[in-house]
Amino acid sequence: MAKNMSSIDLQTKAPAGVVDGLVDWVDERLPVTSFVKAHLTQYYAPKNFNIFYYFGALSLLILVSQILTGIFLTMHYKPSALEAFASVEYIMRDVTGGNIIRYMHSTGASMFFVVIYLHMFRGIIYGSYRTPRELIWLFGVGIFLVLMGEAFFGYLLPWGQMSYWGAKVIISLFDAIPFIGPSLAEWLRGDYMISDATLNRFFAFHVIALPFALAGLVAVHLVALHEVGSNNPDGVEIKKSKDKVTGIPLDGIPFHPYYTVKDIMGAVVFLIVFTSIIFFAPDMGGYFLEANNFVPADPLKTPAHIAPVWYFTPYYSILRAVPPFPGLSLFGLSIPPSQFPGVAAMGLSVMVFALLPWLDKGKVKSIRYRGGLYKKWLAAFVISFIILGYLGTISSDHYGQFGAWLGKADIATVTARFFAIIYFAFFVLMPWYTKLDQSTQVPERVTY
Amino acid sequence: MSDKRNTNSKNSVKESIKDIAASDLSMAGNALSFSAPSAVDQQKRNFLIAATAGVGALGAAAVAVPFISSMLPSERAKAAGAPVEVDVSKIAPGTMQIVEWRGQPVWIINRTPEMLAGLDKHNDQLADAKLEVANQPEYCKNSSRSIKANYAVMLGSCTHLGCSPNASFENTADWSGGFVCPCHGSKFDLAGRVFKGSPAPTNLIVPKHQYLTETTLLIGVEKGEA
Repeated sequence: MAKNMSSIDLQTKAPAGVVDGLVDWVDERLPVTSFVKAHLTQYYAPKNFNIFYYFGALSLLILVSQILTGIFLTMHYKPSALEAFASVEYIMRDVTGGNIIRYMHSTGASMFFVVIYLHMFRGIIYGSYRTPRELIWLFGVGIFLVLMGEAFFGYLLPWGQMSYWGAKVIISLFDAIPFIGPSLAEWLRGDYMISDATLNRFFAFHVIALPFALAGLVAVHLVALHEVGSNNPDGVEIKKSKDKVTGIPLDGIPFHPYYTVKDIMGAVVFLIVFTSIIFFAPDMGGYFLEANNFVPADPLKTPAHIAPVWYFTPYYSILRAVPPFPGLSLFGLSIPPSQFPGVAAMGLSVMVFALLPWLDKGKVKSIRYRGGLYKKWLAAFVISFIILGYLGTISSDHYGQFGAWLGKADIATVTARFFAIIYFAFFVLMPWYTKLDQSTQVPERVTY
Repeated sequence: MSDKRNTNSKNSVKESIKDIAASDLSMAGNALSFSAPSAVDQQKRNFLIAATAGVGALGAAAVAVPFISSMLPSERAKAAGAPVEVDVSKIAPGTMQIVEWRGQPVWIINRTPEMLAGLDKHNDQLADAKLEVANQPEYCKNSSRSIKANYAVMLGSCTHLGCSPNASFENTADWSGGFVCPCHGSKFDLAGRVFKGSPAPTNLIVPKHQYLTETTLLIGVEKGEA
């Protein structure tokens, strides 16, 4: 009790009741109360959060939902090439509530990326990756990569046509790496082609290895966040203006109850959207669940039209857009033709996000105080991302070919090349245009 | 009895530590000397830390070996790559048959004389018309990329990222028949040679094969190979 008296907790303490006694007993053994204070009731977040600040909490909600639904799916799913497809049909048709659980999981995967992309966009426009939040951003990029791995490994499990050929293409990406590629791909597959062995290990990655990695990364992402505190739409450090007596940031409000309630509000709206999709459009017109994946995997026949799920299509477009290396003989050294440039460009297009904290040389963090030059580049990037994403869902000859003057090149391919260049230019030229950008004065305190 | 000895030895250890501490004061700066060792021999400590960490890392690497090698193709997977026998007489001219070999599609195309004649028309549009990249056995390094001119045998697996291209045999003004990959749009002719501008870098692979009789094709083993 003496401990409570000396703390600045202003709540009057009744004579030790059973509950207080229990709390004290636990606190002496596990720092529950101090943890709750440090991360909820006395964790001060900027008071000017806007709608973009929902998506971190929502991604946590989806993570929990994916883990829960995943546990129940594994109770019925069979990770074997002979039984996988049928076991998914069994879940859909014969397991009571199985279709709802599976649709929660499959819709959850797509919604995870919707939310994560918005969360990343928030980080970009408000400069949340800038000093002192570089590590938060790096852990975030790590989460993004692991999530892509989760999505990829999980997509093989239904053992449909798109599962099979999608996995075949992605593993062939490793095949394209010079020298070590073929053995690496063989090692990943555990066979000379995508087979039962591949499915079995993808299941292990999907349900154990990557979820563990994800949980760890989310934990360090949050620990690092709570160490430096949240950024906000103004990009003002609220820790710079503290109350002289209490030391509490003047522009901060306790995470609980203020932001817990706000996030619950966001969760309610999100769940309305989420459940609407589950009940009324679980395959989202082929964007969330592709029609070809309702056909069992056939190693001898690639579906006529093959495209990855929507969240991979921007990178897939870049992969397709980059021409192969034609082969070269130089000083008696011959380098064989290779598709590696496209593969490398695709890898870079994802990894390059990690460099943002060091590419951005702008004087201000938030887009609110940036000049027109930066805004134009950002708009060009967003447009490129969306167009590349769209082009990745269609076949490369969808719009026909240019005339002989452009070598009869596919119109969609040339378009993808153009926007891939803008995509990379956004990053490569960032140190220059952010430096040249005419920013305006950032206020001392947050605005709201 | 043994208890007593332990206490004794403990005491003597204490004594000697005292001695060392005392000698260290007088011999400060001479930590290397064995006759008068310092209380903490930093160099020795660093060596022991490095040695322990090094041996530990070696141990960890050794333990990783079975885990990493467990992911390689198993003995069963290695044994499954048996050669496949095909009766090519059943393939009508102008059509193809797909057989499975090592889990991959192998195409056998019975090319008509017109199809064969079309092969020479577009050499300038091909990335590797001269077959410089060894994606075919020596005995197929010829204009038709085959042992018997009409029967083309090749892996139906795009050299870009492994999709199986679709057959497109119709003959138009600027297309004399071939294959188009549904994944990334690579185009190949009826000998599996890749057209320039395709994302695929090389021609389709012709697997090792031989004819056991006039019409019996064996895929996976070449002549003179056990």
